[in-house]
Amino acid sequence: MLTAGRTPLAGKRVQLMATCLCDAFHDDAARATVEVLEHLGCEVAFPEGQTCCGQPAFNGGDWHASRKVVRHAVRTFASADPVVVPSGSCAAMLFHGAALEFEHEPDLPEVVALGRRTWELGDFIVNGLGVRSWPGRFDARVALHRSCHTRGTGSSDAVALLLGSISGVRMVEFGEGEQCCGFGGTFSVAFPNISGAMGDLKLDHVRDAHPDILVSGDMGCLMHLGGIAAKEGKPIRTMHFAQVLRDALAGRP
Amino acid sequence: MRTQPIDQAAAALPPETRAAVYDGAKVGHEKRTKLLFDHYADPNRLRALAGEVKQHVVENLDSYLPQVEARLLANGAKVHWAATAASACEAVHAIMKARGATRLVKAKTMVSEEIELEGYLAERGIESLETDLGEFIVQLDHDHPSHIIKPIIHKNRRQIAETFEKNGLGAYNDEPGVITQRARQYLRHKYLEADVALTGANFVVAESGRVVVVTNEGNSRFCLAATRCHIVLVGIEKILPRDRDLALFLNLLARSGTAQQLTVYNEFVSGPRGSGQPDGPEEMHVIFVDNGRTDVLASECRDILRCIRCGACLNVCPVYRQAGGHAYRSVYPGPVGAVLSPLLLGKRFPEKADLPKASSLCGACNEVCPVNIPIPDLLLRLRDRAHEEGISSPGTPPMGAWAILATQPVAWRAALFGGRVMNHLPTGLIPVPALRAWESKRVLPPWRGGEFRTWLKMRRK
Repeated sequence: MLTAGRTPLAGKRVQLMATCLCDAFHDDAARATVEVLEHLGCEVAFPEGQTCCGQPAFNGGDWHASRKVVRHAVRTFASADPVVVPSGSCAAMLFHGAALEFEHEPDLPEVVALGRRTWELGDFIVNGLGVRSWPGRFDARVALHRSCHTRGTGSSDAVALLLGSISGVRMVEFGEGEQCCGFGGTFSVAFPNISGAMGDLKLDHVRDAHPDILVSGDMGCLMHLGGIAAKEGKPIRTMHFAQVLRDALAGRP
Repeated sequence: MRTQPIDQAAAALPPETRAAVYDGAKVGHEKRTKLLFDHYADPNRLRALAGEVKQHVVENLDSYLPQVEARLLANGAKVHWAATAASACEAVHAIMKARGATRLVKAKTMVSEEIELEGYLAERGIESLETDLGEFIVQLDHDHPSHIIKPIIHKNRRQIAETFEKNGLGAYNDEPGVITQRARQYLRHKYLEADVALTGANFVVAESGRVVVVTNEGNSRFCLAATRCHIVLVGIEKILPRDRDLALFLNLLARSGTAQQLTVYNEFVSGPRGSGQPDGPEEMHVIFVDNGRTDVLASECRDILRCIRCGACLNVCPVYRQAGGHAYRSVYPGPVGAVLSPLLLGKRFPEKADLPKASSLCGACNEVCPVNIPIPDLLLRLRDRAHEEGISSPGTPPMGAWAILATQPVAWRAALFGGRVMNHLPTGLIPVPALRAWESKRVLPPWRGGEFRTWLKMRRK
């Protein structure tokens, strides 16, 4: 999925793109992202004008609307510092999707440049900063859902490496890990039956592995899976991996 | 809120059918993956290489097609160019008529489904008989294939046994061995009675004019052994440059399609029976079918013409597994069909403009494709095209207002904080259809708009 080579890191100043889902629903995942980055010695800037990566309209087919939002992101994250995103999906939008929809646009170079300095959080920690293990303690059986938009990137392996290195964490595998959870943004509301059935299958596999927590790097997947589980009256505990990393530092499960 | 046609079809699918499709697809995918990674250190490099070869072909068809025509003519075959489905059907009919032939045996070819050959010939008094077991069962049932290489993936053995019983092929028996034996007995006589054999082609090699047909039942070989005229019906994109490319492509095709090292029967036919050759059809015709493909070539979705019809993207696709192939209302279902089927319609694109929506864009199709087609990107391009052409799309929230909000930070922040009112409203009263659709399957977490920003501000004071 990665279309452009990475801009090498210089220094530890980063710009946080919190994502619209964290902005609206999952503030603690964004908080954990800040705390994890600061633990690693990063200086985290939060451009106040940020809104969304443009993906909803891009996937919905309204590229005209999406390009407006991407242009806004290009302006908002104009600094040369790397942009770190606690979402594989939003990151992929910036380094892959945006380039596709700007193919015939005069400002393609600026869009590509933003993509080249955009990192998914786990990828940034492991492949950007070179961190290979995580301190602290977190006593739990953890199932990692590898979100689809990290296919072809280093993100999922990076997150698995970090989580697996934490004392007390037992990683549990579950069946058909390569299958999508059924979220897919607007897909979840335009195809509710298929999306719901895909979510049910994912939950069946996850439950068979008896984890304490289902972890992912994308709150969209977790909001969907957790939402189905709650609707069925069989809630599951979900966490962004940044929350696990943060909680491990404090030594609480 | 109205949902998408494919979602409705999935909801209406009998559980028995869904189970058959799901299990067949899942097993196919898992065997494929195991075999590829057991046999090759880095199968993804093979996929990338094969993708480059086919992309090269697609972008140079203007020189490869004359080359292959010249080779075939030199080999003694006749070459026909069919711009449309109708002209392809006419070409087959004309060949039959010239020979005074009334009976055709067919090895499996998706192009014949695409041009609706069976009905065309039947209206003109010509019987065409499917000899691939799956296609034979489809024909008995007056059904349509629901998978590119496993046409009856949607049927279980009980249904097949009932079909056989109904058609006078013995008393009810759902043993696969018995079913196969009965089909074999019936078909053997038909081969001998037939005048003409029709096959597709998995590949046609430009440098040699070699037509390659792969099967697992040997039916293609029976077709060619028993008849005196061989018609090949093939899409213009099925070209490979060199014979040696077959090593890569046959290895990938068999593993991706049926999880085999190599298909059981591989025919290499360069022309009609030559002097000194003891047998084989004395006449060979190759009909190259366009039927919308040059329009695809002219579009930004030309990568889809790399497709070698292995069906791996269908097997891995979670949407295909839930909805089955018939939900796509097309000869080519699944991810590849969601791109190819609307494109092949040309100006009638709007009729199937919903197909590219039927994807969570999970990318699994691209990951398994033996020619590495970026299917999700192509689906996205077609969504943009549909929107540009003003085709309405049920269930997709309108994005105009959202774009205004998402480009004005002050309004965005106001909406973040203002959204909290939702926490105090019953879902039924929330005036956003997408949220209601969300809540039909899932609980919506509490709205906490702006909480993170407030926390960050307080922390930095």
